[in-house]
Amino acid sequence: MRARWHILVVDDEEAMTESLAAWLREDGYSVDTAASGREAIEKARAREYAIYFVDLKMPGGLDGIETMMEIRKLQKEASVIIITAYATVDTAIAAMKEGAQEYVVKPCHPQEISLLVERIIRVKNLQRENAILRRKLTRQYRFHDLVSKSARMAEIFDLVREVASQRSTVLIQGESGTGKELVARAIHFSGDRGERPFVAVSCAALAETLLESELFGHERGSFTGAVAQKKGKFELADGGTLFLDEIGDISPKLQVDLLRVLQERRFFRVGGTSEIAVDVRVIAATHRDLATDVREGRFRDDLFYRLNVINIRIPPLRERIEDVPLLAQEFLDRLAHELGREVSGLSEEALRLLMDHDWPGNVRELENAVERALVTCKSGVLGAADLAFLKRSQPSAAGGHDLPSGLTLQELEKEYITATLARLQGNVKGAAESLGIDRSTLYEKIKRYEIPR
Amino acid sequence: MLAVAPLGAAPGAVLTAMEGALQAAFRLPVRRLPALDEPARAFAPQRGQWSSVAFLEALLGRVPPGAVRLLGVTERDLCVPVLSFVYGQAQLGGKVAVVSLARLRPEFHGLKAAPDVLARRAGTEAVHELGHTFGLVHCLDRSCPMSLSIDLVDLDGKTATPCVACATLLDESREMQRTRARTEGDRP
Repeated sequence: MRARWHILVVDDEEAMTESLAAWLREDGYSVDTAASGREAIEKARAREYAIYFVDLKMPGGLDGIETMMEIRKLQKEASVIIITAYATVDTAIAAMKEGAQEYVVKPCHPQEISLLVERIIRVKNLQRENAILRRKLTRQYRFHDLVSKSARMAEIFDLVREVASQRSTVLIQGESGTGKELVARAIHFSGDRGERPFVAVSCAALAETLLESELFGHERGSFTGAVAQKKGKFELADGGTLFLDEIGDISPKLQVDLLRVLQERRFFRVGGTSEIAVDVRVIAATHRDLATDVREGRFRDDLFYRLNVINIRIPPLRERIEDVPLLAQEFLDRLAHELGREVSGLSEEALRLLMDHDWPGNVRELENAVERALVTCKSGVLGAADLAFLKRSQPSAAGGHDLPSGLTLQELEKEYITATLARLQGNVKGAAESLGIDRSTLYEKIKRYEIPR
Repeated sequence: MLAVAPLGAAPGAVLTAMEGALQAAFRLPVRRLPALDEPARAFAPQRGQWSSVAFLEALLGRVPPGAVRLLGVTERDLCVPVLSFVYGQAQLGGKVAVVSLARLRPEFHGLKAAPDVLARRAGTEAVHELGHTFGLVHCLDRSCPMSLSIDLVDLDGKTATPCVACATLLDESREMQRTRARTEGDRP
């Protein structure tokens, strides 16, 4: 099965290229040759080679190191082996610093070339098998944009499939960052409304009047600034799904308005006089315990029952810790690609650290942690050192937070910033990074709270 | 028919052993040709060795009528530009191959001469190189003559009989089937 691996031999001396190519072909590899750096780059553009043998000294045009650097721009995963004569071994070592995987001194012992190629191909075979297995695993545990191997999430996936094509209202409950919107999208896109619009509104982000206008639209001149007629999210979602995030945060007045729309499927735009009928499926979500809010009078019981026809409760990440490696790898693959970083996996220590973390911010926190670690990662694998910030952010006592009591939020912030700066010997850059804020923001806070440095 | 030609002098007993190994491995008749001249330009003075490519080029024009392959046998120490030595070389899927006896001799490595050891190694190496001319690549079975030998330990661990997989590939080769059929037809 070696023929599936392609090798390119680059040397201006034909006798050299042909003899090496012949040797590698006898080993069963598919081998092409190039007589110059330029030709090699052209060939690398047209096909992906697993290994490039590049002669260090090529007269005129690109030399071996320049050729290697161009090739690695095209194919980050390519293994480059520099071929050199005794006189230029020092340069070959320099080439390795620039990214060459190995160098061979010609003429070399046949064993050297065969073992070298075999070793590189063995690693590439393992990487390929690993990628295939990972893809298979992810496929097995993927449901739309959700990835999980936990039994509780599997039950949720089943429920989503079951209710996807119904019009009943769904209430999704779960802590912040558990992926409530992803579940809502999965319901929408697996059902018969999947081809119609999915419109999401965060109810917590807007003031009452703005939210009202956002949901129901407004007529021109209905309030200051309403310079034109505007369709609301209910209208935009007609035929599809309206996702109301943080529904527990809406005002009592909007609770009444929303209840009416859910009951009658009709509403008025703000300032409007004619009723608008819509066919919208509503999926609501909240991180709050709405049943308690109902009991304590903060949320209308009739609206709660109207929303809670189908209830989906997403477990926090700490209760499905088996998903952490799967999710971490998923985020790593995606973010490494987006950030242009050559990081392909996580070390065992890094995984252990992730598994031991409590994840109060759930999947979103995990995604942010992977991104932050990727930015500082210096090797091809995320290590425990890249995730050291997790240790610092972990609560000191099991199950509880060792915080001083009787402080205002501002006093607490001042205390925490002071402690962080003291821990990092006044290093503002490090403290800002540790606190997850910009350096300029930290400077403002230092000034505002008059924190000595 | 397979042809074997010494390039310069080569011991008859070793050539006979090579022919026997080839006949058994490829199930084709083998004919020995008169000795051919060594290609003078094959010598690389800076290395004190001989270019196996120059030997192959010299052999290319000497394949006799009726022969499907020609194997040259030399006492010279062969090399290619990128490698410090080769036991032999073949045109992959081509007509000619060459085997060097130099490094197959125990005495090359400071050991006592052993004609039977040399004959066995030469037979295995002959099958290996001609196997390449029939399109076979290196085999993972370490006892198969088509496995890669990078030292004499590897070479001595091999037999001259192709493994089942390589024998099947040879049997399935259209050229081999045609050659064997023609050979059968030639018999009285």
